[in-house]
Amino acid sequence: MSQETQSVRDSHWAKTRNLTITILILWFIFSFGVHWFAEGLNAITFMGFPLGYYMAVQGSLIIFVLLIFVQNWMQDKIDDEAGFGEEKN
Amino acid sequence: MAEREYNFIANLPRIYATYTGGFILFIIIMAIFEQLGMSADTIGILFVAFTIVIYAVIGWLSRTMEVGAYYVAGRQVPPVFNGMATAADWMSGASFVALAGGIYFGGHGYLAFVVGWTGGYVLVNSLMAPYLRKFGCYTVPDFIGTRYGGNTARLCAVVILVVASFTYVTAQINATGTIAARALQIPFEVGVWFGLLGILLCSMLGGMRAVTWTQVAQYIVLIIAYLVPVIWMSNVQGFGIIPHFGYGDAVARIAELEAQWGVGIKATEAFAGQRALTVLHNAPGSGALAEWKFFTLALCMMTGTASLPHILMRYFTTPSVRAARKSVAWSLFFIFLLYFTAPALATLTKLQLLDPDLATSLIGKSIDEVKNLTWIQKWSNVGMLTVSDGNADGILQINELFMRSGIVVLATPEIAGLPAVISGLVAAGGMAAAMSTADGLLLAIANALSHDLYYKIIDPKADTKHRLIVARVLLILIGAAGAFVASLKLTGILGAVAWAFCFAASGLFFPLVLGIWWKRANRAGAIAGMVLGFGAGALYLIYIQNGGTQILGLDGLRFAIIGMPVSLISMVAVSLMTAEPDAETQAMVDDIRDPSGRAVLAQEH
Repeated sequence: MSQETQSVRDSHWAKTRNLTITILILWFIFSFGVHWFAEGLNAITFMGFPLGYYMAVQGSLIIFVLLIFVQNWMQDKIDDEAGFGEEKN
Repeated sequence: MAEREYNFIANLPRIYATYTGGFILFIIIMAIFEQLGMSADTIGILFVAFTIVIYAVIGWLSRTMEVGAYYVAGRQVPPVFNGMATAADWMSGASFVALAGGIYFGGHGYLAFVVGWTGGYVLVNSLMAPYLRKFGCYTVPDFIGTRYGGNTARLCAVVILVVASFTYVTAQINATGTIAARALQIPFEVGVWFGLLGILLCSMLGGMRAVTWTQVAQYIVLIIAYLVPVIWMSNVQGFGIIPHFGYGDAVARIAELEAQWGVGIKATEAFAGQRALTVLHNAPGSGALAEWKFFTLALCMMTGTASLPHILMRYFTTPSVRAARKSVAWSLFFIFLLYFTAPALATLTKLQLLDPDLATSLIGKSIDEVKNLTWIQKWSNVGMLTVSDGNADGILQINELFMRSGIVVLATPEIAGLPAVISGLVAAGGMAAAMSTADGLLLAIANALSHDLYYKIIDPKADTKHRLIVARVLLILIGAAGAFVASLKLTGILGAVAWAFCFAASGLFFPLVLGIWWKRANRAGAIAGMVLGFGAGALYLIYIQNGGTQILGLDGLRFAIIGMPVSLISMVAVSLMTAEPDAETQAMVDDIRDPSGRAVLAQEH
């Protein structure tokens, strides 16, 4: 493997890793952070629901779905920039 | 052959659209028969029998003698369809039958399952699926065995996989047995074997290929069966066509009624397997312990999701790394459709029973009147419900109505007074959910034993024909063992399911994650991580099961909180104490991280 390909790989991996860390921080907030404060959030009304309850039955779930779609969209861009996209297969 | 395969894949949307149309037509025909006077029991039998025959036909049409097709469905499953198959693989009898009931009885604490079982997919997508797909393995132990090298590491992974998946599969066979017994009016012990027969018909001839296409079919049945009653009930009660966004009022109304009926007062009697409602619908509980309990349960379910081999192996079947990622997104979307419906169902059903303004309410009525209701009698007769006047005042109190949690889904159509055709549909949906998960689990176990234990460790010279025969014999043996254990009725459906997640998370989570994300991880470290993590978790479970005092409020559902740190620390420590992996292994890790190019392992291995 040439030096050049190695450096492309390294920068691709650095970007991938940063994206993954960002996504996991958001994941942590909506998995655990908001539910830790559920009782306080219940004082707020959101779409007719107490917010703490809403986050556990719908809010976090919707965010998880969006998180994966957005992550994949950004990861595809990172792959394409590095020339690691599908068409090379 | 190749062209026929291509045509099949290109035609998938049309094939499954026709199938869905056919299923809806079947529902309509059943509804007409009901109007013509067919009994509810006959309709139930027809629903369950008809759907199982369809799955068996798909299983037979997908039969194969090729290794690639048997283990990974030829790696050509399009992302959306793999998403549906994974959703069916994932949503077990527990999700379908017990989730809404769990929320009904468990209140806020139980919602940790809902959050955990969806959020886990973010971990699958971020940490595991794309990299394992690039690796090109057939099974999860295949990755462990090749990344770390050596039969010991492979064998450890096989053992953990078998323990976790087997714990899970007995619960699924149990669920198929329960539903078959009710729908077909046969004893539970016979129902279990009947359920197993259906499961094997789907998977035996075609392995992963057959399981994939039956799981897609099963997803369609289960999601229709879950959504139709909820939407129907919501319309009857005036919560709108799609209740999901508008039941906030129902939550508030329940809080009022809870105060009125005195929810929270302990029941004075007890009936095995049945519970009275004593937990508030929406009370997170203050204090660090309640929050800690939510956190630990959600975390165990999430890491378990990302370590369970029957889920991870579904992402080995896509054509590319990108398709694997896409299919994780679709999986979670299809799972989400059911999971955000379950709390709505639990809330609306609870309102039906509690609200004296509704005709269906029970609480506050006279005991005799309630005992004379048809649905109460029907479910009492099968031991799933008890009405007992504990304080002998002749009025039904909230803590005098005892139910099994599964009843919330299974009896909802009857509670809300929906036609029998809906009950039949729900039975078929529950059957589809339990069968599809059992299929995936049995295949994960049999494939690990046939590929990793028999082919890679015992007899590497075995030819294709032998490997596939061994795989099928193992499938039957493991299925039979599962049915036998299920017929002993050892645990409730949900206890065993949570154990499976904790076993997988304790033993496999860090060896898998670090194998991809940490080049320095080596064989000795991985073996230590698997053995000590799994061992520590299992010992804690045994300790708790034998009446030990809980450490930090951790019960048997959360033992991965003990197993995982042990696994992580021992794996890192032992890896650092021993030599780093050779250059070849490190290059392999680099290769996994690059989504383009060939898979690391050869096409057939």
